[in-house]
Parts: sequence; structure tokens; C-alpha cells
Amino acid sequence: MARLNINGTLHDVKVEPDTPLLWAIREHVGLTGTKFGCGIAQCGACSVHLNGEVVRSCSVPVQNVKPTDRIVTIEALSADSSHPVQKAWLALDVPQCGYCQSGQIMAASALLAKNRNPSDKDIDDAMTNICRCGTYQRIRTAVHMAASMMPPAAAEPAAAPKGAGKPKSKSKSPAKASAA
Amino acid sequence: MSASTKSRDLQSPSRRSFMVATAAAGGGLALGLHLPFARAQGAAMPPGTEVNAWVVVRPDDTCVVRIARSEMGQGTLTGLAQLVAEELECDWKKIATELPTAGQNLAQKRVWGEMGTGGSRGIRTSEDYVRRGGAAARIMLLQAAADEWKVPVAELAVSDGIITHAASNRTTSYGKVAAAAAKLTPPDPKSIKLKDPRDWKVAGKPMKRLDTAEKLNGSLVYAIDVKLPGMLCAAVKACPVYGGKLVSWDEKKISRMPGIKRVVRVNDRTVAVVADTWWRAKKGLEALPVVWDEGPNATRSSATIAAQLKEGLDATQAYAFRKEGDAPAAIAAAAKKVEATYSTPFLAHACMEPMNATVRYTPERAEAWVSSQNVEAALAALSEESGVPLAKCEVYKHTLGGGFGRRGGSQDYVRQAAAIAKQMPGIPIKMIWSREEDLSHDFFRPISMCRMSAGLDANNKLVGIQWRVSGQSINAFNNSTSVVDGKDDRQLQGYTDKPGDAQLGYTFPSLLIEYAMRNTHVPVGPWRGVNTNQNGFYMEVFIDEVARAAGADPLEFRRALMQNHPKHLGVLNAVAEKAGWGTPLPAGVHRGIAQFMGYGSYSAAVAEVTMVDDRVKVLRMVLGVNCGHAVNPDQIAAQVQGSVAYGLTAAFYGDCTVENGRMNRLNFDTNPIMRLAEMPRVETVVVPTYDFWGGVGEPTICVVTPSVVNAIVAMTGKPIRSLPLRDLKLV
Repeated sequence: MARLNINGTLHDVKVEPDTPLLWAIREHVGLTGTKFGCGIAQCGACSVHLNGEVVRSCSVPVQNVKPTDRIVTIEALSADSSHPVQKAWLALDVPQCGYCQSGQIMAASALLAKNRNPSDKDIDDAMTNICRCGTYQRIRTAVHMAASMMPPAAAEPAAAPKGAGKPKSKSKSPAKASAA
Repeated sequence: MSASTKSRDLQSPSRRSFMVATAAAGGGLALGLHLPFARAQGAAMPPGTEVNAWVVVRPDDTCVVRIARSEMGQGTLTGLAQLVAEELECDWKKIATELPTAGQNLAQKRVWGEMGTGGSRGIRTSEDYVRRGGAAARIMLLQAAADEWKVPVAELAVSDGIITHAASNRTTSYGKVAAAAAKLTPPDPKSIKLKDPRDWKVAGKPMKRLDTAEKLNGSLVYAIDVKLPGMLCAAVKACPVYGGKLVSWDEKKISRMPGIKRVVRVNDRTVAVVADTWWRAKKGLEALPVVWDEGPNATRSSATIAAQLKEGLDATQAYAFRKEGDAPAAIAAAAKKVEATYSTPFLAHACMEPMNATVRYTPERAEAWVSSQNVEAALAALSEESGVPLAKCEVYKHTLGGGFGRRGGSQDYVRQAAAIAKQMPGIPIKMIWSREEDLSHDFFRPISMCRMSAGLDANNKLVGIQWRVSGQSINAFNNSTSVVDGKDDRQLQGYTDKPGDAQLGYTFPSLLIEYAMRNTHVPVGPWRGVNTNQNGFYMEVFIDEVARAAGADPLEFRRALMQNHPKHLGVLNAVAEKAGWGTPLPAGVHRGIAQFMGYGSYSAAVAEVTMVDDRVKVLRMVLGVNCGHAVNPDQIAAQVQGSVAYGLTAAFYGDCTVENGRMNRLNFDTNPIMRLAEMPRVETVVVPTYDFWGGVGEPTICVVTPSVVNAIVAMTGKPIRSLPLRDLKLV
């Protein structure tokens, strides 16, 4: 049994303590946007936010997750695909097959939460998820575009949107809360 | 994004009711393609009116386009919708798509034609009949309006799905006349005049993909995400040595583990553990004691395979594929000789979505939910494995989490899931492979070597060239009787003199091309670009070696040999110009060039490389492609970018090595994939000549590796003759 705070809801899941968070999310909570790719934290298809940090959930056993830890999956990054990363991904048609993109988007949103104006080097260092379709070039461009749409770094999530950017969603998802 | 994707729900009851299970198979899957225009008999897909097999119009004027080919990221879904919409003259902002199932296609005598999606054929071999499908629907919709208004149809105009009769100032819309149109007799497809592609307004334009939004929020259901009531999950392991057999297992050792339901024999070489969740099934499988009979292949290794291929290079007998003049004599008499032996390894596809399938079996009916490049082959596999007649089988097609040739004809994973499900009737079984199983039991890109030699005269003019490929045959692996006396032209893809598909772009004074088929015990299959990859690497790296020996610029040396091949040359010239070939580069930066042809399209590339901390860094790549007609330039660019990533992964890292008869690099730690930091800037030059239909997904990958290798050789001065570069400590 594990008690997990996923997307703002507490779930009691009947799993063995060594069960990876990925499989608790997919098979017990039923959220399948987080993907299985390798099982050894190499590819990042399983990336989720744990207290605002991106983690590879295939290699995080649920016994290492406390009920007070906030887990956010792709399904709750925003209520309506309005996160700047999602908007940039849409604008640039980043995905091909799309399978790795949940993880890519979670990695990019975690990067931007910490670094509102990442350099190419910052993106190189942070975006280490594997994409077999080879969308890397568009991912790089989309991260820069999303950065330009992010609200200014602020202490609280209710910060006013940047004048030049699109209006922010009113959604107060755990991701945004943790991002701030 | 205005395009609705809501209708692409394969599991909805309305989708299943669309299936006409009792219709005659009409000769089954072996039937040749016949061009479909008639209304799909028995089809009913509310809410909307089926005007013909390709077009359903809803009362709100949404036009639903049926897409028969598989979408695996290559953008075919959007491209085909553009082609239908172009002729339909509908409003692109109101386009939606639907995916017919394999069972529906079979029941309706393949009204949607061939569903298999490989060989970069998704658009180029269906463009004609899908455009005629869109045009036929337009003609019927206009006729319905003309009939209603009692005016000659020639007086009507249509734009964005709005029909206008200027003389009487009346307008109507597709949604309003669809029901009447559907009752009309369809026009003879041969009578339809299609638009000149130069007049296209929707096709030929960089329209946004129709399937992006659902890939951004976790909502797209891939096959691996399928959930069915009462479903159990299976983890499988096949004998790691190809040709080995499953002997026995000790179920008692795991039967008390959480969630374990059963252990089943999948086939003579594969065992499966079935549990309530996949994670528990996988844990059980890892703990399960299994006895294998590994058989004689357990002594094979990369070293024994290399020896086998080397023997093929030296053998007295080989298949002479092309013999023009007396190249061996010309080379023997030449003032200068150039010789080199190249090799390329086995490679895995490593689709991001591991192989999986969900099957529900009862003696009366079998259903599968799959990611497949060929759902008709999946249907046949399901029927064969389950014993349920084709007409009582159904395959629901999901967007693939990567294909690259892995999910094509064999459908081995569908067979496995069906074999498990058959032993547990009524219980849906979702079978998923681990990544280790995926990299153990792929159909690998075939291994080969190539020995090449050329002769130059005293003026450094090429007088003759010859080469021999020694390596494994995909055709022989698939059907050992299909290749007679080692005469397998497919392994020489890209070297033919026949125009149209994969023609060699050079004319040589004398030429000999041979093939020594040397088959190993390793399963092989098509891998994005198939044999153009290895063959393009051999040809284009060697041409650079010969040019260097002749003291010639690699571009000029090629141009002199390409005068009879204007389309090849046109693309080469286009990339050379875009890349600024011959212009000064920053210190330490070097260029390489390559050209080759495959899948009906002409490709060329220029790479710029440098060294950073003793590692090769690819800075920039300019790729050109002439695919005849360019249906969606932005998606062509995406395919080119993807081909660079897939190609560079192979060039830098790709190497599936054999030890004790089995693959020994089984996950991304030992079998790495290129990541974002290594991605060069890619510039795509699309140069359509509007006189043929070529492929897009595969043609450009074959020029990626040779252009980069040629740039590295230009930088280091040391020849590179074997891949991957990791073995040369260049990455």
C-alpha cells in the first residue's frame, strides 16, 4: 500500500513497496499519459514532476515517495493544454509519433520553472530525454518559444502575465504551483 | 487547432457496429488493390452522411476523411487528408479524420485499398485514388445542390464547402446537401479530372498536423495504454538465442508472488507470465526459472559472423548484379588503384513504444488492439494464431509510438498476444515487451561488408569501378525459397540502373557489382531506409576516397559522373548551393557531401563537422530532397530532421553485437540513442519537379551518414570504413 498525491488528489494504491512510481501511475491510478520506454531511467518517457523537480518515474519506487510529496503528471500540467510549453509544442508541430512527448514536455516545463530564459547549453543539459523520431530541433526551438511565453519569475503563481505574452490560463494546477 | 480528432475513437461501440462481420472475404488479403469509389456497403457512422468511402459530411459541415494508412509520426494522416480536402474543396478548418479498421476494409472488399504502411508508400501509392475519392464526393455534393435548385451543375461554384449559384444568388453548404448527394450514383473515377498540383491550395502547403493536440496532454491512447474490463497483463521472454527452444519452467517458484495468475507457453521458444498488472507480470517473469535449449547457434558471435562475411568477400562465386564493360581488367591496367573494405553492423529499431498488443479471444471472435504498420497483416496473424476465421476477427488501429519498419509485415507481437489470449478465453490480455526483449528480438537491419576498388588513369580519370556486398538478405530471412542462387536485388537497393525507385546516380566507364549472400542466424528486416543506408554509405564514402586519390573536389568529381542523371544532380546542386560548398569555413570546421536515391525520391546532403574535446560534433546539415510532389513541406522537413537523428544515432552509436548466439546490448545504457545536445542544425531544401510521386519518410536517411563521415575524413585525413564511430572513439 502506498499513499500518493498525484495531481492534487490522494490515491491509496495497493502495490508492493518496490513498485516503480510509473507503474503505480499507469496501472493503479489509471493515468496513461506517462509512458514506459526503457525501465532504467535512460529515455525519460516516464518523466513526471515530484515536488516541482522532473524525475524518471520508472526508477522511483513508491516506497521513496511520501504522501506529502506532490506528483504531477502530463494530464495535470495544465487544465486545458495552456501551459506555454504545450502551446509552443502545438505552434511548432513538435511531435511526430508523440510517444516520448509527455516526458519531453514535463522535462521542458521543469526547466522553465527554474530558468525563464534558458540558453542552448541549458537546454542541452536539461533536455536529455530520448526521441526516436528525432524531434530534437523543434524541441529546442519550442523551449525557446515557451520561454518567451512564460510569465515573469515570481514568488507566487498568481503573478501578472508578461505584457508581450499570451494571457495565462487561470488554471492553478499543482505543476504551476510547484513551478513558482 | 480546429480539426476535430474526436471521431478517431476506435473502441467506441459505433465504430464496432460499423464492421460488417459476415461479408464475404472477397479473396481475402491476397486481393490486389482495386480502386474504391462506391459507397462502403453497410457503413453507418453517425452523426454524418457517408458520401463515399472516403468522405463523411456532418450537418455542421465538418468533413470527415477516412485514413487507411497507419500514422506513426510520419505525418501521412495529415498529408492524405490534405489530398482529399484539396479535391473535395471543403473547409480545411472543418476537417476531421477517421481510421477504418482492418476488418471493415476486409468486409468491404478493400474499399480503402491497401492499409500497409511501409516503404515510404503511404502517400505516393494512394495519392491517385484518395484524390479521386475527394473529387467524386465533391461532384456528388455539387450535383445534389444543382438538383435541389434545378440548375445546371456547371453554373455552380464551390469554395470551402460552400456551394454558390451566382445567377440566383443562392448558397448552401456540404452539410445541407450531403444526404441527397449520398443517394446519387458516383461518377466514373476515370472520368474525373484531377487538379494540376501547381494549383493546389491545401495540399502542397505546410498545414499544421491534425494529430498534435492529443499528443500534448496525455490523452492519446496508444495500444500500450488500452484498458479493457477484466484485462490481465502479460510479460514475455523468448529464448535469447535465435533458433533456441523453450524446454520448461518452474511455475511454483513464482505462483505466490503478488498478482501472478498463470504461466503459459506462447510458442516453442517463448514463455509468458500473466498477472493482474504488467509490472507484477514482469517481476514474475524475472523470477521464473526457465530452461532453454539454446541449440547450436549459441556458439555464434560477432566474430564468427564477421568471418562469415569476410569469406563472402573473397569467395569465387557471387551474384553479378551489374556488369558493364570489363571493370576488373580496367582497374588492373589502371595507373592508380583505390581499394577499401567497409562494414556496417546489425541495428535495432528501438521504437519508443515497446512492442505490445492486446487481444481478446473467444472461439467465436478474436479482437486485437495494436500499433501496426500493417493492420491487414495483423488481422491475418490474429486469425491464424487464434484459429478464428478472418471475418470474425477485428484489429483496432492505434497511432504507433514509432514504426521505422519494425511493426510491418511480421506482426510477431500480435501472434504472441493472440497465443496467450487463446489459452485464457474471454479475458483480454495486454502483452508488453520490456526494452530488453525489444533489443533482443528485433528484426535487425542486416549486417554487411563491402569491398570496393576503382582505377584511375594517368590523368586521374576514373576508368572502372567494382564492388561486392557480402551480407545477410532480408528476403531470404522472410522466405528462404524466394531467393534463388543468392540473386537478391533488394540487398543492392540504390545500385540499379533502372530509373524510378532507387537508381544509382552515376555512369561509370566500366562497372561490376556483385552480391555474396551470407545469412546468419539473426532475424533481419526492414529498418528505415532499409538497404539504401548501408549501400549509400559504401558508395558515397568510397567515391570520396576515389576523388581524393584523383586530387579532385568531391562535388566536382561526382558532377562529372552524374551528367546522365539530371534529377540526382539537381538535388546535389541544390544542397551544394544552399550549404555554400566551396566557400570558406571557420577554422576547424569541415564539410562532407553525399547523394543517393531510394523510395522514388532523390536525396543529397552536406554536413559540417568539427572536433570538440576530441569528439566529433556535427554542426550543420543541409539536406535536399526531390520527392516529385511535396504534399506538406513542413512535414517533409520534419521527416528530414528525424532522418538526421535516426541516421546519426546509427552512425555514432548503433551496434547490436552478438555474444553466445544472442544480442548483448539490451537497453539504452549500452545501446545509446542520440540526444538533443548532439542534434545538428538541419536545413531542408525541398526541390519538387512535379513530374512523379516519391516517398518522404525514408529517402533522406541514406545520405546522412556518408556526408558526415566524408566531413570527418576531410577533417582528420584518416579513412573511416566501419561503423559505428563510437568504435573509432570519435564520440
